Amino acid sequence: MATLRVENLWMEYGAQTVLERVNLDVADGAFCALVGASGCGKSTFLRLLLSQERPTRGTILMDGQPLPQDPGPDRGVVFQRYSVFPHLNAVQNVALALEIARAPGLGRLFGKARRAALSEAEVMLADVGLGHACGHYPAELSGGMQQRLAIAQALARKPRILLLDEPFGALDPGTRTQMHGLISRLWRETGMTVFMVTHDIREAFALGTRVLVFDKTRHDPQAPGAYGATITYDLPVDRSTSKVPSASEEKSAP
Amino acid sequence: MRRLINLRPSRQGTFFLGALPFAIVLVIYFVFSSLRLAENPADKLMPAFSTMGEAIVRVAAEPEQRSGTIVLWADTGASLVRLALGLGIATAIGLVFGILNGLIVYARVTLAPFVGVLSMVPPMALLPILFIMLGLEETSKVALIVIGVAPYLMRDLALRVEELPGEQLVKAQTLGASTWVIVARVVLPQILPRLIDGLRLSLGPAWLFLIAAEAIASTEGLGYRIFLMRRYMAMDVILPYVAWITFLAAISDWVLVQISRRAFGWAHLGRGA
Repeated sequence: MATLRVENLWMEYGAQTVLERVNLDVADGAFCALVGASGCGKSTFLRLLLSQERPTRGTILMDGQPLPQDPGPDRGVVFQRYSVFPHLNAVQNVALALEIARAPGLGRLFGKARRAALSEAEVMLADVGLGHACGHYPAELSGGMQQRLAIAQALARKPRILLLDEPFGALDPGTRTQMHGLISRLWRETGMTVFMVTHDIREAFALGTRVLVFDKTRHDPQAPGAYGATITYDLPVDRSTSKVPSASEEKSAP
Repeated sequence: MRRLINLRPSRQGTFFLGALPFAIVLVIYFVFSSLRLAENPADKLMPAFSTMGEAIVRVAAEPEQRSGTIVLWADTGASLVRLALGLGIATAIGLVFGILNGLIVYARVTLAPFVGVLSMVPPMALLPILFIMLGLEETSKVALIVIGVAPYLMRDLALRVEELPGEQLVKAQTLGASTWVIVARVVLPQILPRLIDGLRLSLGPAWLFLIAAEAIASTEGLGYRIFLMRRYMAMDVILPYVAWITFLAAISDWVLVQISRRAFGWAHLGRGA
């Protein structure tokens, strides 16, 4: 639901260049998988899209407008860990997003409005397969269930772009396959643009409509930090032949 | 033969072993007290348990002749009010500045060096200044507790806030939360259990400052009483008073633990999410 344009982006930390000459055009509703070696700057790129950091040079345009300077509800995020709030149970975690949307000043709803938000949150949890775990605190949920919760929470504000930073990296293979089915279905249903950082090349090709490979094109053996990575391959993927489990194969939470 | 590190006592064994040191201390006291009293029945240093019992009845059940108040309860009331006021004010200061310093970089760079230096000032060294400026009444005693405890709470809570994963703060922003909403819904609820831990650790220093202030200038209070009784070497009053103070401190610690368990069950679930 949002086009994204990256123009000549550079990211430097002191003398260390992490990203250089990154140019990218992403159409509405694309699913971009970001792959590359550890430390190649793909997570940095995600943080820039999130406005968690500012680029040293270059611009990022969303629908033709420069990206806001702070993270905001237009871009949702799921991290590998620590995405949910440990002091709120599952349904409260999701309802928090609705409470902030409806009462931006206090961030808290009361009475009937609060009960309405909680029951909406329960529906959203059921949609990601957590209907049975509404009252559980994050510490009582398995890794896969925590990520389901994080996804439900991120989607509650209906972001136009969803940023995923190795969301399934800590999960076992079986759970990971179920999560692939879940995220594919949600992406199709919402039509949002997705950026996902992953270490897993097969995951990238299974889920993405585009696979963006980050790598360094120039090396200086005397100064490893002198040159940064850029997008070296931009591979379109035909999702119609991919082997992602369809929504019917997606099981409920482990 | 099993290894020592793998041995676990039974439930009764745990209770018995825990009670053992207390029993040993009481027995040792009883033996030496009896020996001294056998030699000199007027000995005041280690009074018999019966003498202490009489003293307890005197201070806890009979009104004092001059003032007409029951000494122990008047002292306890006065001390607990000072302690509660001091800890309450210190908690409020610690929460406000702890969150500010932990979350807002501008507040941290402005205040952190100052708080760092301030917390190095020994609070007892400030007591004369407090007496001169605030007088010998309640204010200076409460102020000493606040000065002694607030810097620790402030720095402890600021560290706890800084320890919150950055991902949580970013996540809250992507849900649309303003700085204020992040404080109210993400930061504050998560550091309240930490505040209780900090308060528990502050109970010892708070009692120390209270008794010190009462010893120097007061007309009632637990600290005042034991230092007054020292003049008469009235160990039969001093020892029960010390035991009573210890009991009060232990009870407040237990109450804080219970509050934390009841109100912040999520914090006791083991590892956080």
